[in-house]
Amino acid sequence: MFTQQIINGLTMGSIYALIALGYTMVYGILRIVNFAHGDIFMMGTFFGLLLTQKFRFPFPLALILAAIFTALLGMLVERVAYRALRLSDRLVLLISALGVSIFLSNFAQLVWGTETHPFPSGLSVKSFQVGTVTLSNIQVYILILSCLLMIALHVFVHKTKMGVAMRATSHSINNARLMGINTDSIISMTFAVGSILAAVAGILVGIYYDAVYPTMGYTAGLKAFTAAVLGGIGNIPGAMLGGVVLGVVESLGAAYISSGYRDAFAFGIMIIVLIFRPSGLLGKKQQEKV
Amino acid sequence: MLKVENLVVHYGVIPALKGISLEVKEKEIVCLIGANGAGKTTTLNTISGLKKPTSGGIYFQDKLLNNLPAHEIVKLGISQVPEGRGVFPNLSVVENLHLGAYLRKDKSAIEQDLKWVYEIFPRLEERKNQLAGTLSGGEQQMLAIGRALMARPKLMLMDEPSMGLAPIVVEEIFRIIKFLNKEQGTTILLIEQNAQMALAVSHRGYVIETGEIVVSGTAQELKANDEIKKAYLGL
Repeated sequence: MFTQQIINGLTMGSIYALIALGYTMVYGILRIVNFAHGDIFMMGTFFGLLLTQKFRFPFPLALILAAIFTALLGMLVERVAYRALRLSDRLVLLISALGVSIFLSNFAQLVWGTETHPFPSGLSVKSFQVGTVTLSNIQVYILILSCLLMIALHVFVHKTKMGVAMRATSHSINNARLMGINTDSIISMTFAVGSILAAVAGILVGIYYDAVYPTMGYTAGLKAFTAAVLGGIGNIPGAMLGGVVLGVVESLGAAYISSGYRDAFAFGIMIIVLIFRPSGLLGKKQQEKV
Repeated sequence: MLKVENLVVHYGVIPALKGISLEVKEKEIVCLIGANGAGKTTTLNTISGLKKPTSGGIYFQDKLLNNLPAHEIVKLGISQVPEGRGVFPNLSVVENLHLGAYLRKDKSAIEQDLKWVYEIFPRLEERKNQLAGTLSGGEQQMLAIGRALMARPKLMLMDEPSMGLAPIVVEEIFRIIKFLNKEQGTTILLIEQNAQMALAVSHRGYVIETGEIVVSGTAQELKANDEIKKAYLGL
C-alpha cells in the first residue's frame, strides 16, 4: 500500500508542481501572487474539453492547441489586469487578480454551466499491475509528460537567451531594461509559459478524474499556491519539489490516517515547513553586497 | 554627442531636476558631481529611459530620446553602469556579460568582445562560471563595466563606480575608466560623489545641487574653484 500511495501522491504532486510553476514564475518577476492562475488552469481544461469533444480534434493536437489558447489568455490577463497597475501598491494588484479570478470562474459557469462535465479524451483507461502496485496508463502519462515539461522548462530558463533574460528580469526589472531587454515582453512570456503548464496540468487532471467544472481552479489553485510557498516562492525547482512533497504527504495522510483530512495534511505540512524554514524548502534569503 | 536641455524631472509632485542642461562631446569624459540627493542618478536614469522627463529634451546624436523605451535607447548605443553595480547576482559572470550584448546579433564578434573584456579584467575570466553574487564589490564593479562594454556602446553612463569600494580598488577602477577613454575612445558620462577622483580623470565637469547645475567648466577650472574645493574636495 505504501508504494501505491507514493505513486498516487507523485501523480497528483506533479500536477500541483505544474500549476505551482506558474505562480512561482510570475511571483519571481512581478512579486505578485497571480490569484487568477487557478482559473487560467480551469479555462485551459475547458479549452481542452471543447477541442476534443466539440471539434473532435485528436487528443495530442487538442492538448497543444488548448495550451496555445491558454497562453494567449494568460498574456491577455497580464495585459488587461496587471500591466497598467505594475507601479501601484501590491494590494491593488492583488485586488485586480481576485477580480480576474472571479470573472473567469463566472464566465465559465455562464458558458459551460455549473455542472461537472466528463472528459472523454479518447484515451482508453488501462490499468496494469507492477508487483503489488496498480498503475493506470493515465498516471504514467501524467508522470512522463510533467517530467518532460519540467525538463524543458529547466533548459529554457538556463540555456536560452530568453531564459537568461527572464532570470535577469526577475532579479531587477530596471537593471534588465538597462541591458536592452524588453521587459514587457519577457513578463508577457512568463505568463504564457505559466499558462501553458497550467493548461496541460488541467487537461491531465481532467482526464485523470474524468471531471471538469468551473470551480475546479479554486482548490487546485490553492493547493498549487501552497506548493509554491512550501518550496520557496519565486524558486523554480522549489515549486517542483513543493508540488511533489505536497502530493505525497496528502496521499499518505489520506491513506494512513483519514481521507477526510486530505486538505488538512496539505496545508498542515506547509505550516510546519514555514515555521522552521520561513522562506520555504529551497527558498534562499538573498544576500546583496553594497 | 549627448545634449541635455532644460531637463525637468519630477517624482510625483516633488521636482528632482529643475531644468538642467549639459553636454557630452565625442571621446570626452564628463563628470557630474554632487552630494546625495542632488539629482545625479535621476539625470542618468532619465537619459537611459528608466524615468520619464516632465519637460526638456535629451538628444543623442541629434535624435530626441525623451519618449523612447529603455531598450531602444540601449540599441542606439547608450549603456549604463548602474548605481550599486546592478549585476545580476543569480546569474553567472559569463551570463551577466552576455546580457550586456543582449541586443547584438553578431555572434562571433560577441565572442571576440568577451575575450577583450577578459583581457581588461582577467579576474572575470578566472571566475566566469561563478555566480555574480559571490564576487567581491570591486569584482562586481568590474563585471558591471565589462557588461556595459559588451554592448559596444558609443556612450557609457557610469553611476558612482567608486561607491562602497576600498580606496585601492577605486584607483584601479578609475585607471580602467581612463584607459577605456584613451585607448578605446569610449565617451563617458561619469557621476560621482568622489569629486577628487572624478575630476582627476575627466575633461570637463558639472556640479549639481538640489536639481540644478551650479558650476560647470573644465576639470582644471573646477579643481581651482574655491567653492568646489571647500564643498567637494575637502581642501
